Amino acid sequence: MIEFILNNKTIKTSLNSGMTLSDFIRYEQRLTGTKIGCREGDCGACTVLIGTLKEDKTISYQSITSCISPLGNAHGKHVVTIEGMNLQNRLNSSQLAMKSNYATQCGFCTPGFIVSLTGFALSKNEKTNENALNAISGNICRCTGYKSIEKAASEVCSNLNLHKDSISLEWLIDNYFIPKYFKDIPGKLNQLTTDTLQQNGTLYISGGTDLYVQQADNLIENDVHLIAENNLFKGVTIDKNECILGSNATVTDLWNNSELNTQFPNLRKYLKLVSSEQIRNMASFGGNIVNASPIGDMTIFLLALNSNITISNSNDDQRSLLLNDFYQGYKTYDLKDDELISSINFKIQREHSYFNFEKVSKRTHLDISSVNSAISLTVEKQTISEAHVSIGGVAAIPKYLHQTSEFLKGKNLNTQLIIDANEILQTEISPISDVRGSSNYKRLLARQLFYAHFTELFPELFTLNDFVQYA
Amino acid sequence: MHKNNQNTILKNKLSEVTLALKQSVKNLDSYTHVRGESLYVDDVNIRQGTFHAVVFDSPKAHGIIKHIDYSKAEGLDGVEHIFTYKDIPGENQIGGIFPDEPLFAEDEVHFSGMPIALIVAKSEFIARQARRLIEIEIEELPVITTTKEAKEKGSFINAPRSFSLGNTTDAFKKCDYVFEGETFSNGQEHLYIEAQGAYAEPLENGAIKITSSTQGPTAVQKTTAKVLGIAMHKIEVDVTRLGGGFGGKEDQATPWAVMVALATYHLNQSVKLILNRHDDLRMTGKRHPYESSYKIGLSKDLKILAYEAEFLQNSGAAADLSPAIAERTLFHATNSYYIENVKSTVHSCKTNLPPNTAFRGFGGPQGMFVIESAIAKAASEIGVKSREIQEVNLLKENDRFSYGQIAKLVEAQNTWDSAKTIYNLEALENEVEEFNENNESFKKGLALMPITFGISFTNTPMNHARALVHIYQDGSVGISTAAVEMGQGVNTKMMQIASDVFSIPLTKIKIETTNTTRVANTSPSAASSTADLNGKATLKACNALLKRLKEIVASEFKVSVKAIQIKNESVYINQKKSWLKWNELIAKAMLLRVALTENAHYATPEIHFDKTKEKGHPFAYHVYGTAILTTTVDCTRGTYEFDSVKIVHDYGKSMNEGIDLGQVEGALVQGIGWMTMEEIAYNEEGQLLSNALSTYKVPDIFSVPKNIEVIPVETEGNDMAILKSKAVGEPPLMYGIGAYFALQNAITAFNPNHKLQFHAPMTPEKVLMSLYED
Repeated sequence: MIEFILNNKTIKTSLNSGMTLSDFIRYEQRLTGTKIGCREGDCGACTVLIGTLKEDKTISYQSITSCISPLGNAHGKHVVTIEGMNLQNRLNSSQLAMKSNYATQCGFCTPGFIVSLTGFALSKNEKTNENALNAISGNICRCTGYKSIEKAASEVCSNLNLHKDSISLEWLIDNYFIPKYFKDIPGKLNQLTTDTLQQNGTLYISGGTDLYVQQADNLIENDVHLIAENNLFKGVTIDKNECILGSNATVTDLWNNSELNTQFPNLRKYLKLVSSEQIRNMASFGGNIVNASPIGDMTIFLLALNSNITISNSNDDQRSLLLNDFYQGYKTYDLKDDELISSINFKIQREHSYFNFEKVSKRTHLDISSVNSAISLTVEKQTISEAHVSIGGVAAIPKYLHQTSEFLKGKNLNTQLIIDANEILQTEISPISDVRGSSNYKRLLARQLFYAHFTELFPELFTLNDFVQYA
Repeated sequence: MHKNNQNTILKNKLSEVTLALKQSVKNLDSYTHVRGESLYVDDVNIRQGTFHAVVFDSPKAHGIIKHIDYSKAEGLDGVEHIFTYKDIPGENQIGGIFPDEPLFAEDEVHFSGMPIALIVAKSEFIARQARRLIEIEIEELPVITTTKEAKEKGSFINAPRSFSLGNTTDAFKKCDYVFEGETFSNGQEHLYIEAQGAYAEPLENGAIKITSSTQGPTAVQKTTAKVLGIAMHKIEVDVTRLGGGFGGKEDQATPWAVMVALATYHLNQSVKLILNRHDDLRMTGKRHPYESSYKIGLSKDLKILAYEAEFLQNSGAAADLSPAIAERTLFHATNSYYIENVKSTVHSCKTNLPPNTAFRGFGGPQGMFVIESAIAKAASEIGVKSREIQEVNLLKENDRFSYGQIAKLVEAQNTWDSAKTIYNLEALENEVEEFNENNESFKKGLALMPITFGISFTNTPMNHARALVHIYQDGSVGISTAAVEMGQGVNTKMMQIASDVFSIPLTKIKIETTNTTRVANTSPSAASSTADLNGKATLKACNALLKRLKEIVASEFKVSVKAIQIKNESVYINQKKSWLKWNELIAKAMLLRVALTENAHYATPEIHFDKTKEKGHPFAYHVYGTAILTTTVDCTRGTYEFDSVKIVHDYGKSMNEGIDLGQVEGALVQGIGWMTMEEIAYNEEGQLLSNALSTYKVPDIFSVPKNIEVIPVETEGNDMAILKSKAVGEPPLMYGIGAYFALQNAITAFNPNHKLQFHAPMTPEKVLMSLYED
């Protein structure tokens, strides 16, 4: 039995846990404010909030795209749809801002925007315009051109900033951001039978953000095994110089980790290029790795950190291997039927360490890369002591560039070295022409992104012109 | 000092805009929109026992159907019936302009995604499962995907059309410069966020009610009646609103509605069909890709003396609206310029793509892209800026268009000059130059884009509408028109008109659904004309009612009608408030048995067009404007951002600044999308590769210009427009064309060897390849 609270109502259902949350909301519960636009998490019309009860009895809310989320992942949670944000006889603060700024035209995407903005109000994120825009980055509007929506988001932000220090649930209720019933939800959640779901399925799903795009009907019909709530696989831990990511850790977990943000000052800049806030809230690292897309952003990121993965099986036996040894061919990898990736670990950067991530896609945000690449270097006194370069979209697998990395090691960091290294890089890749670009383009882009690593990391040493005037 | 003045002017203008936005009426639907309470087809409460349908479509782009085996699918538990062309009691024909498109393929398939059958089952999921069990064998025939290939093989929809003015052959001989070239502009997916869908329910006596997400309720009604072989009065089509249309639901909402009606006809049960996104992308047509060639001739002082263009329109596998779209390409082939000698020809090429269809701009943008390309080419060859050529050729009062219409109340120069001065073009250009001198890995580009767009359906007989206005006995008002609300705010505008005439609050007025039983024989909501046509009809109906009411007052107070006014729900006699209130007046009218309902008909006066001569006066008026676009290109990565788009737009006298600004911004961004990231891709077998939202990208919130400023040009407006408030739906899309040329200018700043190409969209791939071409 799946139990959760939908808006202010307790739900107990024995429907298939693999059915999508959006179908349950719209067609079983007749809450039609949640719209379906694409069924692949790309438009945000189906956005809802998922609230998780924390140890301190408060609830942490995140926005997700319900069209690619399994119903079973709602178990024990508070799910909030647009209907659950409506106040009686007046508009809530986000709704008012959208209305008065003409930020709704055909109205089909609008509920999704309101849900995302309300999620922003409920979140712990600093109430800046930038964060407000991030919150709605996964919502596509085909009518307005977004300028009116930007204005609405900024208005929501300034309303929230009226009481910067005290954005409590009570404050949000008193100031018409959310309805009163929100304060009763922690108590209601406590009363749910939150026994672990009985699961017999053999199809393992964490966030589901890739699987539901690829094979939704298969998942809806068959028993699935949901692992997003499996505590063994959760979280981000920093242990001495090691960072351990549970395979269920989401991109948002990384985004929120303060130590990693210190280690990688540009972390959020990189992660902003990885899908949208809704997807980052769901997508797991383990999922990104086993999806084995040659273009997986986080896989490319982790490859350049020379990450290890730990794999466990049904007998709890564990084995560990380098991520770059994991992939064998297109969508094939070293994982047996009864095995799951349990964690990923990498050394966190020390002094003299440099890391950069680059991604180019047709649309800068919320798009799949044409080519992506990451690099980590250790450079002391102009000498490279360690180098790991990865690149996606130019081979059958997410590619760790063995020869290029090896070539850079022990060398003096200078323009010629980088130009020479690109020559090697070009021999290691074999891009094909497809909808993400021609092979010639991908080759050129691979070169440019490789150069970009160096102009980004060592702006005092290199400029674009240093490289391309000889190229 | 000079610059300060300019800033003050701009600041004042912008604060006027802000004030107007505060004061103008908000979209009447926004209350239910933001609460998730607005109803779309998929939200309608369906009857018990409703069946759900999924379309089975051709997996091949061209071929002969040798064999189809439905047995496994039919045997699946929950499948009710699979309908094919054999189940059609009337004609298997849905073509709007020409009868060349079957509802279901019979022996041959002409595009991948062509409907073959409708699977009706207890649930959509079961219907989808059943679809996978259908086995089909197709003998493949050669596939044409490009217009060049179609032209070589003589594959056309209809005969080519040509407009001409003067004599280009002679004129080219007198030119100091003559340039020729080729251009390509790709298609564009509408990507209405609400996919296509319809719901049919049986009424008594064999009648059927269809709830459809269509811009053209009458097209749905007429086509359904034809396919079912029954009278139109048996079919009722009702539309509450659309979750976006953009032209994609003008003609192509029809087949889905006809299919559910067909199933309802046979099953006597209600049936619903909502296309999932992949089916919608694969089965429906898009903006037409065009391959074109041009020849442009100029004098030394940059006057364009002669212009020839040949347009190859990729119409897809059936006519759909292609001939009308091709025609509009010719109407806008010279954009905002007066050229004495013009010859333009368009061929609608029949290919094996889904029939391409209406999309905001309706062929106009494709025509304008070519003339702008020709100007860019000429400018680059001569060594001047494009804007120097654009400027000296702008349309003036009483200039003649190639189709014979004389330009009146022209604002081309006015918007151009205003944009230059208000935004201080000189300073903007200097900033760009300075930036480019000081930056090696980023380059800026700037382009101007003037627009001139004709308003009216170019098919004159379509320019009419009706409004049915009821005043109920409690004084509240209900209005039905042919207008379909799809986000453009037309319902709000209709409500404003009635509120204005009756001087009653907006809360007393309700805009009803668009329904063929209340307003019949309608034209689709398209061509930017919906507010004009339906607004004029509404105005007429309201005025007739008002006159009737005033006559009651005149006899009651023994005064002349002229002395009477209704203001804020009170009757005024000679400017003095009387005791009579609106509600009482209505009650009195009831007692006196005066009709409180009016049905008004409006047909645009003055317009005409003779297709045998290709001359006439097809447009009620034109909309003008000028945009200045600035972009920054990241020369390392080939990516780009738009810094600003600064527009002076001719709204006439806007009746709703908030709604109209929303149309300008939305259309602009859609136009930029078409020119930049939106890339339709078919392979040689005619299979759509950009077949999902993960492979077809439309602008998101981060990719739109950082700054968009829109300032209205001061004009007197045009009486042909509703309350002098000009049509605004389509024209601003074409500002987006400037995005292509701004990018091109930035690329040239980095790579002087770049050979100009006119091949839209300018994706990051094209930018990077151009930055580094030898």
